[in-house]
Amino acid sequence: MNEIRTHAGMNDPQRASSPAEAPTESTSLLLRELVAHLRHYRTQLRQEWARRITGARLLTAMTDEEIFAEATSVYNNYVEALETGTLEALQAYARNLSERIIPRGVETHEVLGIVLLLRDVLARSLFSKYREYFAKLDRILDAYEPAANRIANTVAVGFVQERERVIMEQQEAIRELSTPVLQVRERLLILPIIGVIDPQRARQLTEQLLKSIRANRARVVVIDITGVAAMDSHVANHLVQTVEASRLLGATVIVSGLSPEIAQTLVNIGVDLSKMTTVGDLQGGIEEAEHLLGYRGAQSRDIAEAEG
Amino acid sequence: MQVPILKQGPFLIASVQSALSDADLLQLRDTLVEQVGRYRSRGVIVDVTALDVMDSFSSRTLRDITQMIRLRGAETVVVGIQPEVAFAMVQLGLTMEGVPTALDLEEGLAYLNQEIRTKGNETERHGR
Repeated sequence: MNEIRTHAGMNDPQRASSPAEAPTESTSLLLRELVAHLRHYRTQLRQEWARRITGARLLTAMTDEEIFAEATSVYNNYVEALETGTLEALQAYARNLSERIIPRGVETHEVLGIVLLLRDVLARSLFSKYREYFAKLDRILDAYEPAANRIANTVAVGFVQERERVIMEQQEAIRELSTPVLQVRERLLILPIIGVIDPQRARQLTEQLLKSIRANRARVVVIDITGVAAMDSHVANHLVQTVEASRLLGATVIVSGLSPEIAQTLVNIGVDLSKMTTVGDLQGGIEEAEHLLGYRGAQSRDIAEAEG
Repeated sequence: MQVPILKQGPFLIASVQSALSDADLLQLRDTLVEQVGRYRSRGVIVDVTALDVMDSFSSRTLRDITQMIRLRGAETVVVGIQPEVAFAMVQLGLTMEGVPTALDLEEGLAYLNQEIRTKGNETERHGR
């Protein structure tokens, strides 16, 4: 039974039934012969492949032994995929391999490079075997090339997908870490912002803050930007918008910790900050907020009495 | 669709139940301005929790209501603006300046009670 035809038939019945595209019985015979050849010479071919990987300076993050071990299992999976024509096992293997090697810093071009190298090594060996029988070589390559290309494709796509998945996960994690909205007292939230604010993060900060105001029934919010090194007009305007949106929800916003540089920038670019209450540092921000909420801090009252 | 207006002690509560047409908004304005005098109310709460859209006309009408009610001697507070609505509004530049806002009905009542108290204190002080 021809597994490749079965597989192709599952994806696209019309293509499999069209006579021009359908693999003939001899293709499967040829593939079987091919696989037998690859099995027979596997030790030499694997060594040759590993040698060329090292020669091409690919997978420099891994030791020679690791490369050889990895090469062995890739080789076996490769031949198996050629033999059965099904890519599921190879897909699973490619995903598994990617999970292991991505944290070690292996790049996309390396993975693609080694798979293409294997394809070349195998084609070269086929060529030297059948060089006497040109017509047969032709047919063998006809059978080999589409299957090999599909395998290379599968491995590369598997790798890239795994990489993208990792990147997405990290982005998600960073996004969540970057917007902690903390409740300090009843009705009082603190939003410390650290690092660079880009438009996307600014938007997310606002959304998070507005949701938290509603969820915690906050009346005062202190946004502390001590940890923000620079601010452009876009972000500043967004900050003003956040203050206004919070007011629409009935919360007062106090911005604390504007650095001298940011103060200069904001004045120079002429952002209208008249709607924002600003306080020097976080401590001052919290004191101001407690005052608005009607708390009487023991300390400030003592000072007030001493002064008064 | 008409907005039901409830009398609660010294306050009127207008609870918007669904999206309002421009005519509905104007009617709400007229009714509130009229009733605030008839019931000698001290404050008005407009609850917009059910609104998921706020356009320039509705925010302008809410501002008008606030100012008219103020001229009639009472305070207005708009409560229950949803976070997404608030963000969309400021992006459109509808910041409803001069309109007091509060998180929900409860907060709105607390705000009005406090406003009445401070006003009362001021009158007392002036009286002395």
